[in-house]
This record gives sequence, C-alpha cells and structure tokens, in this order.
Amino acid sequence: MKKISLLQLKPGKKAKVVEIIGGKALENRLMGLGIYLGRDISKLGHFVLRGPVAIKVGRTTVALGHDMAKRIIVEDDK
Amino acid sequence: MINKIFLIGNPNVGKSVVFSRLTGVRAMSSNYPGTTVEITRGFLEIGQDKVEVIDLPGTYSLEPTSKAEEVAVSILFDTPKDQMAIINILDSTNLERNLYLTLQLIEEGYPVIVCLNMCDEIKHRGITLDSDKLEAVLGVPVISTCAVTGVGIKKLIQRISEVKVSLRPKKSYQERWVEIGQIIEQAQRLTHRHHTFREIMEDISIRPFTGILMGVGVVYASFKIVRFVGEYLINNVCDPIFNNFYQPLIEKLSVILVPESFLHHVLVGDLINGKIDFKQSLGVLTTAPYIEFAMVLPYVFSFYIILSLLEDIGYLPRLAILLDNILHRMGLHGYAIIPVLLGFGCNIPGILSTRILESKRERFITSTLISIGVPCVALQAMIFALLGKYSGFYVAGVYLVLFIVWVVLGAILNLVLKGYSPELLIEIPPYRFPPFTVLFQKIYFRIKGFIIEAIPVVLLGVFLVNIMLYFKMFDLVSGIFAPVISGLFGLPKETIIALLIGFVRKDVAVGMLMPLGLTLKQMFIAATLLAVSFPCIATFVVLLKELGLKDLIKATILMLITGLVVGMVLNFGILR
Repeated sequence: MKKISLLQLKPGKKAKVVEIIGGKALENRLMGLGIYLGRDISKLGHFVLRGPVAIKVGRTTVALGHDMAKRIIVEDDK
Repeated sequence: MINKIFLIGNPNVGKSVVFSRLTGVRAMSSNYPGTTVEITRGFLEIGQDKVEVIDLPGTYSLEPTSKAEEVAVSILFDTPKDQMAIINILDSTNLERNLYLTLQLIEEGYPVIVCLNMCDEIKHRGITLDSDKLEAVLGVPVISTCAVTGVGIKKLIQRISEVKVSLRPKKSYQERWVEIGQIIEQAQRLTHRHHTFREIMEDISIRPFTGILMGVGVVYASFKIVRFVGEYLINNVCDPIFNNFYQPLIEKLSVILVPESFLHHVLVGDLINGKIDFKQSLGVLTTAPYIEFAMVLPYVFSFYIILSLLEDIGYLPRLAILLDNILHRMGLHGYAIIPVLLGFGCNIPGILSTRILESKRERFITSTLISIGVPCVALQAMIFALLGKYSGFYVAGVYLVLFIVWVVLGAILNLVLKGYSPELLIEIPPYRFPPFTVLFQKIYFRIKGFIIEAIPVVLLGVFLVNIMLYFKMFDLVSGIFAPVISGLFGLPKETIIALLIGFVRKDVAVGMLMPLGLTLKQMFIAATLLAVSFPCIATFVVLLKELGLKDLIKATILMLITGLVVGMVLNFGILR
C-alpha cells in the first residue's frame, strides 16, 4: 500500500482517496460529484500532454484537469 | 400555502424536461451538465390554484461552485420555506451521487418531493429501485418518472400537495455519504450484466488514442454534413422557390412601382442589367428575404440538426476532455468549448452559457473570444456563399485567420489578466438517444427562434439602409472612414457601410458587399473583418448584461485592435 497521486495511478486500477490537497473549496467541489476521503475510485485513462484524467466514481464518470488530479492522493489497492 | 415550486437537482438529470412537462413552457434541454444557466418560470394548475414553477440551473450541492449554481442556490435561500415546494429531481441511474443534494435539502428543512427521473433507463442498466422503500427511509414522497415520454408526470402533479418537511439531524459530509451508502443498500439492487455496445463506445471516446481519433472524425463529419445539407437545400429547395415562384411576382411589382422611383428603390431595389437580382438588388422585398430564407436559413437548419444531435447524445463533454490542454493555454479549460460551439450558432446563447464556467476571468476570456472570433451561423452561411463559389480554400482561409486570432488573443489574455484559471472538473454523461420527436421539437424551437428574431431586424435594416442610401447619408461617413478603410485595409470606401451594418446584422452586412464589385482579395478581407470585428448589437447588449460596463469596454477595445491588426496584416502582408 503506497500513497500516490491520481496522475501516477495506472489506468484500469482501483484505489482509495486518502488526501485532497487544495483546501475546502476543492474538497467541496469534488464532494458534490461523490469524490471524498475514503471513497474508492478507478482510473479510466489519462490524456497526454498534461491532459485530463478520467475516473469512475460509483456510476459517475468524471474528467478532471491534470493539475487537479495531481492534488488527489490515493492509496493503491495492489 | 405553496405559491412557488422549485425544480432542483444535479446537473443533467432532466429538470428542464420535467419543467416542460409540468408547465407546457418549452425549456432547452440537452445531454450535458449545464444546459440551463438561467431561471425559467412557468405555471402549473393544481386544482383551482395556479402555482409558479421555477426551473433552476443544476447544482451538485448547496455550496455553489459556478455562477449558474450560485443563481440556483441564492434564489432558494431568498424564498420563505413555508411558501415553497421543492421537486428534487434525481437521475435514477445514479442514485448515489444524486442523494447527496437530496439529503442536504431535507436536512436544511426544505419541503421536498423526490422525483426519480429517467426511470426507463435503469432497466437496461441492470438496476432495480424500490421507491416505496426510499420513501420510507427519506420520509418524503418519492415518484418515478420518465419525463421524456411523460410517464409518471401525472402522479407527480397529484402528489405535490403531499410535499413535506422530514426532520433529520444535520450531518457532516462524511456521515452523509455513509448514510447514502446505507440507503442505497436498502433501495437499490444491481444485477450483473455484460458490457453493451453503447458502453464500449462511451469508453472509446474518453481514452486517449481512440478518443482523439473519434473527436477528429466527429468534428470533420459534422462540418461536412452541415455544408452538404445546407448546400443541398439552397440548390434544390430555396433557389427554385425564389426563382420560379417569387421572381415573377416581384417582376410584376417592379413594373407597377416604376423603376427608379423612391418606392421601387426601397422595396425592389436597383435593377442589375435591367433585371432583378436577388443577391444584388438590395430591396426590402428582394435581397432581404432572399438572404434570410435562401442563403442563411438552410444553414441554420443544418447547423442546428447537428448541434442538437451532438448535444442530446452527450458527445460535447467528451470533446471538452480532448480540447482541455489546448484551451489551458488560453486561460480556459475544456468545458469552455460548449459556450464556443453554441456561439457558432448564435453568439448570444454562447455568451449566456459561459455561466457554466467557474471564474469571472474565464467568463471574460470566453465571452470576448466568442464575440471576436466566433462567427454566428448566419455570417458563416454568407461567407460560404460569398467565397465558397470561388473555392473552399478561401472559406478555409477565413477559419484559419479566426483560429490564429483565437490562439494569439487567448494566449495574450491569459498572460495579461490577473488571477488563475480553474481546472476542468466535469461529469461525463452516458450516451443517450432521445426519441426523434424530442430532437425534432428542439430543432423546430431553435429555427422558430431564429426566424422571429432575425426577420424583423433584417427587413428593418435593409429598409433603413435603402433610405440612407437614397438620400446619400452614407457619403459623409464613408468619407470620414476612407483613410482607414482604403488606406489600411485596401477596400473601397463604401465598404464601411457594410461594416457598420454588421453592427445590426452580419448576414445583411455580407449582403451589402455583394453589389460592390469587390476583387477576391477585397472580398476575403471584408468578410474576415466582418467575422473578427464587432459582434452585432444584440450580442453587445448581452455582453453588457453578463460582463458589466467596465469589462465590456475592455472587450470593445480588444475588438477594435483585433479588427485593425487583422485588416492590415491581410492587406499588406499575406495576400498578393
């Protein structure tokens, strides 16, 4: 079990959100979409050249910008 | 006593469709989060009473994160709770995420009735929902509906009076999610099933390599179809009608009015080589209707078919992912592509929909770029007609210039403006295939809107222009601007009239270029200038409303500079 950012997580892998770096405002935005501490997510893909990351949270598909994905720390399930 | 019913829910759950069903007022709906950016009002009769129904922009929680969400939340806060009912609309296929707002509303003490929309979609997704169970757990009425077909709407109306406040302790967000987990456990059952073709297609569009291929394909095909359908209608429907049926009538009128007379000048216009020429005569009854019905309307139709289709299927957010990193260089993120695409239809809805963007800075950049570098469909149709007859190369040239303006201006704005631009964060909806009637209605609605808004302005515009031409009122103006127009842009000085008319309507402005006998180079410059200079007055009014006076002045200065630079560069630099 190691802590990595959403950027480093490999596509197709599942992981648990353990930390959101970026203060209350970002936490609130993510929460509305169902991304919060302790939530399991899976990464779908990652666009090149600092493009967005697509993840699946429950039944929702969410795309987040490169720099935002960097600030979401997850724990790899292995 | 309930006198206001609010429709509230997450983005893209079909609030506007429910709204249309309840009130009969047509509200625009699509398959992407953030279609509704304004408040729409209508009325519903419940027994003897007429109750106001208010459709709010979608929001994920009661803590707003964009201007559109702010609008939704603030109006809710401003209304006394005992005078309202909230219809909380949920996407049945995504109960978990939707329940967050529901619990928040209930905890805050709002009188709520829950509407599980899109209930037709859950079956083929392997979901079963127990709405009775949900009703028991939440303590408020729960009704399943499918607003697109109308299922369940009657029941919803019947039960609005049962709306109630359910007492629940306020929770921290973590506790709320735990509770949602428990509710889901009780009320929802999932059955395993294999991936459908649709899901595979959904997947392909958001994976890097296949996504980009698909994006290029979709954009290219869209452009081709728009041109093909538009062209086809012009050549096979509109032109024949004008030439075979309308021309003889106008010719009779011409004789009655006597050529060279004042009335003839205004209504029929000038005779070109002794004949009426719909493209050049410039009369209220000749060129004006011809421009709108035979040159612009066919493209309005074909453009909105494609746009509406892409919107309703749910492709647009996927395009946003692909363009995210390019738009980042202009201080925007991928979702800004939605206002821009709407702007290609008409700048006004485009600028209004910038409200889906979070920061004021992004809204300024997007609105400015739309008003400078995004020609509306009416203008594009005229450019196709004007330049397309020589070669598609020139039409592509106009778009290339616009693209360069976009990139350069965007990059400059990003450098100069204070503040930072937020990151992309959007929900990617599943593909949906709305019934044909829904799509048809939407296209009809948009075309009707175009006709109602454009035709009177065009007729009046041509009328005024003719009067001013007749009394030679433009001579003074064209004299004043001659140094710029002829000296810098290399155009005959009369072109200023067309550029000024562009302020009223762009399509008429291009129409005014047609009788001037311009060279190809001059035509290219004039058409490009019309595209990059000022938007029409209606767009200005919306810009003023959305940006405020200070930012509008800034935007206007940018428009002037861009117009001057582009005109000069094209005149002296690139073209022979």
